[in-house]
Amino acid sequence: MKNIDSKGHVTGKSIYLDDIPLIQGTQFGVVFDSPIAHGTITSVDYSKALAIPGVIKIITHEDIPGENQIGGIIPDEQLFSSTEVHFVGQPIALIIAESDQIAFEARKCIEIKISKKNIIVDPREAQQKDLLIIPPRTFELGDTENSWENCAHIFEGQADSNGQEHLYIETQGAYAIPMENGHIRISSSTQGPTAVQRITARVLGVGMHKIEVDVVRIGGGFGGKEDQATPWAVMAALGVSILNLPVKVVLSRLDDMRMTGKRHPYSSDYKIGFSKDLKVMAYETTFYQNAGAAADLSPAVMARTLFHGTNSYFIPNVKMTAYSCKTNLPPNTAFRGFGGPQGMFVIESALSHAAKELGISKHKLQKNNLLINGDEFPYGQIADGVELNSIWQEMESKFDIGSIEKEMDEFNSSHTDVKKGFSLMPVTFGISFTKTPMNQARALVHIYTDGSVGVSTGAVEMGQGVNTKMLQIAAHVFLIDPKRVKLESTNTTRVANTSPSAASSTADLNGKALQKACNTLLERLKTCAADHLGVSSKDITLKNGMVYTNENPTDLTWEQLVMMAFLKRICLTENGHYATPKINFDMKKEKGHPFAYHVYGLALTQVTLDCIRGTYDFDAVKIVHDFGKTMNPSVDFGQVEGGLIQGMGWMTMEDLRYNNDGQLMSNTLSTYKIPDIYSVPKTVTIEPLETNGNDMAILKSKAVGEPPLMYGIGAYFAIDQAIKSFNPNFNSTFDAPFTHEKVLMALYGSLVSE
Amino acid sequence: MIEFILNNKPVKTDQPSGSLLLDFVRYEQSLIGTKIGCREGDCGACTVLIGELIDGKLNYRQVTSCLTPLGNVQGKHVVTIEGLNMESLSPVQQFMVDESGSQCGFCTTGFVVSLTQFCLANSTPSYKDAIASIDGNICRCTGYKPIERAAKHITESLTDKDQNETLDWLIAQKFIPSYFNQIPEMLNALPKGNHDSQNGTLMGGGTDLYVQKLDQLIDQDVDLILNTHGINNIEIENDSCTLGAGSTATDLLESDIFSSAFPRLKKHIKLVASSPIRNMATIGGNFANASPIGDFTAFFLALNAKIKLTNKDQNRTIYLKDFYKGYKDLDKSTDEIVSTISFKLPTQDSHFNFEKVSKRIHLDIASVNTAIQISISENEITQTHLSAGGVGPIPLYLRETCDFLLGKTLSPETVQSANEILQSEINPISDVRGSANYKRLLLRQLFYAHFITLFPDQFTLDSLK
Ligand SMILES: Cc1cc2nc3c(=O)[nH]c(=O)nc-3n(C[C@H](O)[C@H](O)[C@H](O)COP(=O)(O)OP(=O)(O)OC[C@H]3O[C@@H](n4cnc5c(N)ncnc54)[C@H](O)[C@@H]3O)c2cc1C
Ligand code: FES
Ligand code: FES
Repeated sequence: MKNIDSKGHVTGKSIYLDDIPLIQGTQFGVVFDSPIAHGTITSVDYSKALAIPGVIKIITHEDIPGENQIGGIIPDEQLFSSTEVHFVGQPIALIIAESDQIAFEARKCIEIKISKKNIIVDPREAQQKDLLIIPPRTFELGDTENSWENCAHIFEGQADSNGQEHLYIETQGAYAIPMENGHIRISSSTQGPTAVQRITARVLGVGMHKIEVDVVRIGGGFGGKEDQATPWAVMAALGVSILNLPVKVVLSRLDDMRMTGKRHPYSSDYKIGFSKDLKVMAYETTFYQNAGAAADLSPAVMARTLFHGTNSYFIPNVKMTAYSCKTNLPPNTAFRGFGGPQGMFVIESALSHAAKELGISKHKLQKNNLLINGDEFPYGQIADGVELNSIWQEMESKFDIGSIEKEMDEFNSSHTDVKKGFSLMPVTFGISFTKTPMNQARALVHIYTDGSVGVSTGAVEMGQGVNTKMLQIAAHVFLIDPKRVKLESTNTTRVANTSPSAASSTADLNGKALQKACNTLLERLKTCAADHLGVSSKDITLKNGMVYTNENPTDLTWEQLVMMAFLKRICLTENGHYATPKINFDMKKEKGHPFAYHVYGLALTQVTLDCIRGTYDFDAVKIVHDFGKTMNPSVDFGQVEGGLIQGMGWMTMEDLRYNNDGQLMSNTLSTYKIPDIYSVPKTVTIEPLETNGNDMAILKSKAVGEPPLMYGIGAYFAIDQAIKSFNPNFNSTFDAPFTHEKVLMALYGSLVSE
Repeated sequence: MIEFILNNKPVKTDQPSGSLLLDFVRYEQSLIGTKIGCREGDCGACTVLIGELIDGKLNYRQVTSCLTPLGNVQGKHVVTIEGLNMESLSPVQQFMVDESGSQCGFCTTGFVVSLTQFCLANSTPSYKDAIASIDGNICRCTGYKPIERAAKHITESLTDKDQNETLDWLIAQKFIPSYFNQIPEMLNALPKGNHDSQNGTLMGGGTDLYVQKLDQLIDQDVDLILNTHGINNIEIENDSCTLGAGSTATDLLESDIFSSAFPRLKKHIKLVASSPIRNMATIGGNFANASPIGDFTAFFLALNAKIKLTNKDQNRTIYLKDFYKGYKDLDKSTDEIVSTISFKLPTQDSHFNFEKVSKRIHLDIASVNTAIQISISENEITQTHLSAGGVGPIPLYLRETCDFLLGKTLSPETVQSANEILQSEINPISDVRGSANYKRLLLRQLFYAHFITLFPDQFTLDSLK
């Protein structure tokens, strides 16, 4: 089934936040933010701004009736700064005016004085000064300290990966409207409606029941709207509570890029040791996560870095320590992969480093160390259902890695101006929120008396096709025409206390809850049909909108059955609740079974380097991916293709730049480039691995949102390899992204000594 | 009063000519299918079509409505996604659905509009052109592969397109709604003439202006040079070519004169901005914007072009290389406009090349760009014009390097020595587009690339190492 939204999308009829018809009296909010990365506000003069005709009100921390606090995991972030500012872009006030144009005009007239303090943008510097968001965490397995002496080869180095701007094409925004009795209804472009509701209630000092949050869909999120959609919604609601008029806050692209956090940059040290037969015996790494100025989701992101620090390899002795370092950048946040990619980049760097020193192909080293069933992850979970070896075999049989390598070597020895490189990137990604309590969801199903069905879940549709999957599940259980099912907006009054749509697990959690609700309803209907037909309900089946007994059709249609049940006063509404079984994690021991299952895959990336200009083109990416039993190939393949390209962008051209004053230099779409249609690989081939699927996954169809992003890491190492064949003296610096600048410098070194 | 046709109906508005087409369609007309992603021409979410009659034939081009002054659509046909919708999906829409070319959907209407422009183009459809039509559309979700597949199918479905009766054929095949065949008549019924103020900001395509000072323009009337008749003429007289400063990049690309004078023109222009931007961006605007990395400036500097500066009835002509006095400082009074550009057509023994590298190869501003025109006679360099951008406060014409090359034998040694002079002529700074060191190295490489590209038998990378 194609994405149920696609018809609306191609005709421009789908509704996004900015498309909601405005209610009369709607006012527009523009955020006034700190121009300085660290300091104390000594004075703010709003008088000139307030004098502009059309400016209604400027809301500051003083106007907050509840708590001036929006921190999720840790309460360390104010909605509006009261005295201290900690990053450029930190909100100080909301200017409310009759139009955004007036509000923007007014913003220019605000005079602020800030006495500056020392600015830190480097996570290692922050760590040295003990500026940490939370205490460091360490994952350990075996005993690294006593392993080094038994290692035949040891390599040490540093690997850094930069941040990444989400660049959802729809910017952040919210529209809040006053309802009766002080209730407020917020439409928000958020992945986490409950977070918006909870924080709004906190800031307004009211119960959560007074705040309703509704999301129809969002124009891309990628993690950037998990926590960071909240402030704008809260501000709009605050405006409503003060003015009793509808207030809309939509960020301009410049404001969005400046004010919101990104994927965390990481700087890391590694030490890796091998036995004579090139098994990794020991691995130590220290991660310095650049968290930005407040916790946001950084502690959780940091945890996932540790969970995925050994990627797809079994290493008997591991010690990984992570620091979440507080700097004067906007609080960094969730981004597809959620810290996992940063961890994987380090071990892949370590393996590349080793392969070069050892003079062997990296892929041989990778293959030699793949995880198998029964191996223990550093966090204590025992690997089960591992598909890595079968995936590797599939890759070899479909694409013949050996001959690709041979052809590449031949090409490189006969060409001087262009060089080719390739890499293999295995991925093992755990599915579940690593914070166990978040692994729950609910779904509300109504069967209307005409037999049509309304479904509400906690899942937010952001292009990942989750609503399509939900619809499939309902239609699958009831075996009715999918056209009879409608997916409702995600609304906190219908489905409450939801986890954000994140961690790749939205379809699993909400789908399982939905499946339960539908099954319960089905059982009720079967019982009703059995009573009517005088048979046992075990013998009843429903198919194609008809009732069958012992596989024989009856005259009873789905519609008649539903009406009959209604008249018998049988409940046609059900709320399903699902909590992932078996999972647990003990943070004291840093051990447990945090993941319902893992997703596995392998990507082979081929690149051609223009050694004259220092530019590159990707010839092909070949992927073998473990979908389980995909319930929707077009949606799932789309996630693989899209995730891959996003990961490649992170590793190649996406060049996030802050200067030492903490100012974002790559602050527009003209200075921050994401892949365009010409920069994607000429071919992308996806081979689904044949498996039986996993019962913990919805309809055995494994989660697919995040894992493919990490295939993009292969792009870095393919370029790295191609450079080596042009400049054998090149010492890899493992400093992603591999921009054109870095490539040219690596090919030739510098012209002038620095 | 600005009058034009919006989808299937004529509209009149007294919005100022500097207000944006985007805001008009989205907020005045509630046509919400046109989206906002950046307001700087870099994402394509706001793409619409602009149609006009050229030699009696309807010609449609895609533009980013976020950079289109309302005044520039006077007398034209503006098509938003709503104007393409029919009872059932068009083949463009259907293939986008079938191939899952849409995920979050926020970029999708832009893609559909651009791909429809490809269908409407009065040329033989090719897959390459289909992709080129969406080179200004950014999608963060799909990774483009499904959109490529859709583009392939769309191209195939146009195989039988009747080049002479494009509109009728497209209407019959339900690519576009039937009202399109009334558009020529409706356009003819609109009053011509322009509504530019003489004291507003002088604006070409607006592709630099709106990015730089949006808020100073949108509630004003502007002085629109594109409404000046003949401002985009391209003519040859004797051995010299003259083009109106209002010629857009697309005008150059589609000009027979240019494509025969510059065999690699398509390749060069593909490196500049995107289709929708090129449809609006004027050459004069590129010069007058005085960005040190203007691509057309680099291009025409290497042609040793002259520009005519006009102030009412007074004209003076100067070399483009003398136009730039300092950072954003031009040899031009505020009342003068660049009216024409002229240059000597390349001769048999002259060779031209343009090189550019940026963070992203396409739809990006250069880290460094350079162009060269070099004439060779019996392996001796008889003339060179060399330009470089991104390596100084102004677009550079590298006089000393040109002087050095004159009379020298064409050889790797000459080129290597020339590079040393070149390095002394430039003064790059470190910024978001690259470090000073990188820009030096890159310019050396692009300088070498000129020779490797133009004289592959005599130059290889190895010979220059
Ligand atoms: C997304 C995007 C991508 C871009 N990519 C590139 C690129 O790759 N390479 C590149 O070089 N540029 C690029 N540009 C910049 C821009 O498109 C070009 O500089 C373009 O040529 C400007 O022309 P315009 O007609 O739009 O100028 P306008 O914005 O209309 O005007 C620019 C300036 O020139 C003045 N002006 C305009 N016409 C005249 C005239 N005839 N006489 C005197 N003054 C005049 C205006 O008053 C103004 O000061 C890009 C812009 C965007 C938005
Ligand atoms: S809104 Fe991005 S190009 Fe116009
Ligand atoms: S579908 Fe989301 S940006 Fe293209």
